[in-house]
Amino acid sequence: MNFIIPLIVLLIVFYGFFKRIDIYDSFIAGVKEGLEMTLKIFPTIFALNLAVQVLLKSHILDYGMAFLKVPFAFFSFPKELLPLAIMRPISGSSSLILMSDVFKNYGVDSYLGRVASLMQGSTDTTIYIIGLYFSSVGIRKIKYSLIVGLLADLMAILLSLFIVSYWFY
Amino acid sequence: MIQYIFGLFLIIGILFSLFTANIGAINTCLLETGQVALEMVFHLLPLLCLWLGVMKIAEDSGLLQKMARGLSRLIGPIFPELDKDDISLSYIASNIMMNILGLGNAATPFGLKAMEELNRHNLIKKTATRSMITLLVINTASVTLIPTTVISMRTYYGSTSPTEIVVPCMVATFLSCAFGLILDRIFAYLWK
Repeated sequence: MNFIIPLIVLLIVFYGFFKRIDIYDSFIAGVKEGLEMTLKIFPTIFALNLAVQVLLKSHILDYGMAFLKVPFAFFSFPKELLPLAIMRPISGSSSLILMSDVFKNYGVDSYLGRVASLMQGSTDTTIYIIGLYFSSVGIRKIKYSLIVGLLADLMAILLSLFIVSYWFY
Repeated sequence: MIQYIFGLFLIIGILFSLFTANIGAINTCLLETGQVALEMVFHLLPLLCLWLGVMKIAEDSGLLQKMARGLSRLIGPIFPELDKDDISLSYIASNIMMNILGLGNAATPFGLKAMEELNRHNLIKKTATRSMITLLVINTASVTLIPTTVISMRTYYGSTSPTEIVVPCMVATFLSCAFGLILDRIFAYLWK
């Protein structure tokens, strides 16, 4: 996979040369755009990170988990994976830690370890991505995006359970 | 919507730790998480500069517009609002490609640039367009061929076969993304 990025850069620079444009000027203009974009998204990253960390450090989710165990147990959802399933759309780094906890406590190659791997690998941090992308262009009305994103996450989590059951056992 | 998430997370977090006598942790958290945000931005800054620099060459030389026309046939049906030679299609395609290849770090600059291009044609400012939401659904589903972080963690914890999850993971991520895109279509028609 190491050759993909250099190849893309080579192709674009070569094409620019071929078309006789001032590639250096263009590149510098782009870098400047990158700098401006970073400044523009910093407040968003700062704010979202702060809110998520305060919620996590209050440990309210640990208590919330206790209530959610009942409905989830009804659908025979393994309670060991509940923290990971809830954290996945909220915080990427926390869900990574929760996945390693599952590996440590129940084994990497166990049923739970495999499902945790799939949960972590098959979706991304929905709340962070929605916050970052929309704020970067100043969108305030995000319409149905969060609902669709979270429903797709739920689907990924349920699929992880089913696929591991059929694939490995 | 985001303002509610932001407000609720902070209010619930602080009130709950007051009641559970855990306010010390929140105090440190408030003062120290800025550092984490700074590290994230420092990590993103050089990547944004590199990719927006390279892509500017592609844009000025006309390569990007050419690519957009070629790719519009491929991803156009997912983004029916966009014209065939809209350069935001190039950025969207690059964003999806980088995600699929597992180069998540390179995907973000293209995604953000695509949002900027999409916002250029946005008639109702500050309101998400249909194409923006579709782009986000694809990104939150994290369509990737090889989940590199998960594989390295599995190796670290002594799995006998760290890569055995690659194919099932691919199935899960593609199916959930397809589900997300179908939902996105349905909501686009129902949401008024």
